[in-house]
Amino acid sequence: MLAFLLHRLVSLIVTVWLATIVVFAVLQLVPGDPALLMLGTGAQPDTLAALRAQMGLDLPVLTRYLHWAGALAHGDLGVSLTYARPVTELVAERLAVTLPLALLALAVSTAAAIPLGLLAASRRGRGGDWAVLGFAQLGVSMPSFWIAILLILLFSLTLHWFPAGGFPGWGGGVGPALHALVLPALALALPEAAILARVTRTAVLDTLGEDHVRTARAKGVGRAAVLLRHALPNALIPVATVLGLQISFLVAGAVVVENVFTLPGLGRLLYQAIGQRDLIVVQGVVVLLALFVVVVSALVDIACALADPRPRAAS
Amino acid sequence: MRMMLRPMKRLPLSLHLGAALTALLVAMALLSLLWTPYPAEQVRVLARLKPPSLEHWLGTDHFGRDVLSMIMVGARNSLAVGAAAVGLGLAAGVPLGLLAAGLGRWGDEVVARLGDLVFAFPAVLSAILLTAVLGAGAVNVVLALALFNAAVLARVTRGAALAVWRRPYVGAALALGRGPLSVTLVHVLPNIAGIVVVQATVLFAVAIVNEAALSYLGLGIQPPSPSWGKMLGDAQTYLFTAPLQAVFPGIAIALCVMGLTMLGDGLRDWLDPRHRSSGVL
Amino acid sequence: MPTAKQRFTLAAVAVLVLAAASQAAMAQPRTDLVVGMQLEPPHLDPTAGAAGAIKEVTYANLFEPLLRVNADGALIPALAERWSVSDDGLTYRFTLRPNAKFHDGTTADSADVKFTLDRARAADSVNAQKAYFAPIASVETPDPRSVVVTLSRPDGLFLAHMASGDAAIVAPETAATNKQKPVGTGPFKFDRWVAGDRVVLVRNPDYDGPKPALERVSFRFISDPAAQVAALKAGDVDAFTLFSTYEALPEFRNDPAFKVMVGSTEGETILSTNNARKPFDDVRVRRAMAHAIDRKTLIEGVLYGNGVAIGSHFPPHREGYVDLTGMYPYDPAKAKALLAEAGYPNGFDTTLRLPPPPYARRGGELVAAMLAEVGIRAKIEPVEWAAWLEKTFKGKDYDLTLIAHTEPLDIDIYARPDYYFNYKSERFNALNDELNRTQDQAKRNALYGEEQRVLAEDAVNGFLFMLPSVTVQKANLTGLWVNRPVQANDVTGAAWR
Repeated sequence: MLAFLLHRLVSLIVTVWLATIVVFAVLQLVPGDPALLMLGTGAQPDTLAALRAQMGLDLPVLTRYLHWAGALAHGDLGVSLTYARPVTELVAERLAVTLPLALLALAVSTAAAIPLGLLAASRRGRGGDWAVLGFAQLGVSMPSFWIAILLILLFSLTLHWFPAGGFPGWGGGVGPALHALVLPALALALPEAAILARVTRTAVLDTLGEDHVRTARAKGVGRAAVLLRHALPNALIPVATVLGLQISFLVAGAVVVENVFTLPGLGRLLYQAIGQRDLIVVQGVVVLLALFVVVVSALVDIACALADPRPRAAS
Repeated sequence: MRMMLRPMKRLPLSLHLGAALTALLVAMALLSLLWTPYPAEQVRVLARLKPPSLEHWLGTDHFGRDVLSMIMVGARNSLAVGAAAVGLGLAAGVPLGLLAAGLGRWGDEVVARLGDLVFAFPAVLSAILLTAVLGAGAVNVVLALALFNAAVLARVTRGAALAVWRRPYVGAALALGRGPLSVTLVHVLPNIAGIVVVQATVLFAVAIVNEAALSYLGLGIQPPSPSWGKMLGDAQTYLFTAPLQAVFPGIAIALCVMGLTMLGDGLRDWLDPRHRSSGVL
Repeated sequence: MPTAKQRFTLAAVAVLVLAAASQAAMAQPRTDLVVGMQLEPPHLDPTAGAAGAIKEVTYANLFEPLLRVNADGALIPALAERWSVSDDGLTYRFTLRPNAKFHDGTTADSADVKFTLDRARAADSVNAQKAYFAPIASVETPDPRSVVVTLSRPDGLFLAHMASGDAAIVAPETAATNKQKPVGTGPFKFDRWVAGDRVVLVRNPDYDGPKPALERVSFRFISDPAAQVAALKAGDVDAFTLFSTYEALPEFRNDPAFKVMVGSTEGETILSTNNARKPFDDVRVRRAMAHAIDRKTLIEGVLYGNGVAIGSHFPPHREGYVDLTGMYPYDPAKAKALLAEAGYPNGFDTTLRLPPPPYARRGGELVAAMLAEVGIRAKIEPVEWAAWLEKTFKGKDYDLTLIAHTEPLDIDIYARPDYYFNYKSERFNALNDELNRTQDQAKRNALYGEEQRVLAEDAVNGFLFMLPSVTVQKANLTGLWVNRPVQANDVTGAAWR
């Protein structure tokens, strides 16, 4: 087990380190000069040079990488070229939107998916099962940005229940802020819920076939009790695994959905920073996201290894 | 036991439905090569944003183009991008996966780490970054999505191939003096083909969604070629005046993805008997 | 269709609501305003960035230059209450307002002006319009209220340049932090910035000039067209400036609660053409393209009719304008004939690069469709601003691009030797030299006319339309600009009726 953990940790560090190199290298190839963008069509060679020097863009590539990676190792993400503020500060500010959004989406999707999955499993082959499977098929097939547009169409433009976009900030109270997050969270949660409902259904059906569950059933334990006490806890492992694997899609989905709703979250910050050639912000945010995805998948791996009593890699 | 009563050789329903839906979309795409109600690129500004009518079944867009024609040609574009992204992914991913499984420790580690690296960046994110470098457009979107597909397929291939390598008859073949290459071709490849095909079908669906998302952001297929994602992106700007325009291209995407995922599910159920034998309730 | 009775009821309800609203308004006119803008500024220092959104928040509201532009485009006093120019046009003397103060309480005196101007022209200046300050030879401060600027050469546009946002007067103590916490001398001061959502300004109680009617002004950033319309309808914003969801205008025009103002900007929208690159180096090809583009349809398709066609690079609302829109009437047959004459009977393939604004993306799509009609197959290449500036503007590596040139009176760009059009004309350069030497306004106007004619004859670029300045606002709001002579959302004169 220790060897496994060590191996996982080393590969995690290697992956993140490689990610910093890839991101940095890719951004060197992006056409467009941040200084030119900031100064516009009136820019002159001398002002461009001055601004590039101010931004530290005049240093050799390797020096810049080492500066950045060195500071990164100390948790310093640098200062944004556009906003002239520390990237950590910007990220913290934007996380205050993206994190609640992702958590809300996660909560909604699990809260919907697990009961639906259970229902489907307990009614296998009957109406309830078909309904859940149908919903899941639909949810998996609809891209989240289209769901977002449909939600805007229905709940903002027609019913006027929720705003069509934007975010008032947490300063004006929790109510309006949450209000603005409802539709985006739903748009993110729906495809997620569809996948999780299917996984829950399959996992519950699988555990229902296992010996101890059959035994319990044979002993006369009621169906509902078998489902809740025996099948569900065991089924949660694959569900959690899939949830962990889905994190990456949730992150990507957030980039697109935040753009549909113009939410000032991390995804929109990143998307705008690419447009503004704010290399420092792009580097920092991408590496943070990569770190997050890698750590979550490592945790899922480890959790699975811990939860699964069978010897690892025996297959 | 109820499972005993089920006919074992029956093709799964999802396979039928998925194949039918996919065939329908492919047929529509092929038809668009020969015929569309109107030329999909024909602009008639004064006939813009018309609601559905006998003349234009799905109405017209903001430049007066016929939406049905655009959706038909859009099917062709979406399927082409998806097919190319999956094809390239297969061409790169499968050999890599086989190599990793065949080479043992070091090769395996390198392929695994490369995979981790690709997965560290969500597919849409790396596609956004890549189009920033290479420029927007269908070809670059294909490349970006193929990279992700290759990583997934390499991982799947590797896992499946490793399982085959551990089977007794492979050991026997090796003992008989067969080389690793011949083992891979004769024993491994045929045994993993099913799993790879299933995965490729699912990735096809994912590619369609991602292409739509990128075209929605304006980074994918470029006008005048119609694309479902771009149509949705445009429709969002006139959501107030012509809300239906934000519905039709989305339905097309959903149907296409639905067809492909059901096809993938059905294939998996059909090819992998373990998936059918679970459950007693 | 509503029945007559329903209609009556609707009307009655509307009257009641209106009555209630106006009663409330009479009782207590509102003193707050929410202005919607499409883009969020990257930061709030107008002396260190070209982004229009910076000036749209800060100009005249928060920061003041020595003098400023008003709603009519005229120069009026700002931080300087008066100024004089010597006969040789080389010495400018500005007298500052006696009690001007920065928002941090320090006095705004001649030393601050000297600091600002010297900083903008210093070697390490990062002012986006450093060229504006290039003619300055020295800045002297005989007393705290007087600034004497000496130029090394006469510059007819010097005062106009000193009235730009790039010349906003800043204090040495706060210059470095203005990006996040702007400190100016204007009638409004910075309150807070909710990233991604809004910038809030509040009335400056210590302002020494006439105080604005509004106490609090929020600029809200809403980039999505549907959300813009929804925000206006829901009353989340009171006005939206540079509104570009033109298809929604009829609805607002029909609603008595709103007022729609369509004014002018300085943005000549053109199909920039690389005159040095084949086949565009042939004037017949450029003229063929001019005949191939149907401006009326283009304006209808892109702006829903809310724009004015141009035939050269000059805004119709300016003195000296000559109407040349009839020179190349829409005529695809003639375009094809010209192409054949130039050696392209089957047309040719080319690339049309499009920057991000909707007018460019939509306009480009339509222009490409029109060019395709005469056999010119233009591949569309959307790019971000950074790539556009680098490759097209600076690198001059392009065939065609579609862009609005928003600098006022910028026809002189056609005389610049290394401008991205790659246009070279002895005739035009001679006219431009003469213009620079001419002071008499009538003669200048005649010269401007000649210049426009040369450009139109050479069909240098595809001259398309003027970008409109569309404002949608609540009907009982007054004082916002109709036209946009400079990039600004001046709310100092705004008030509720």
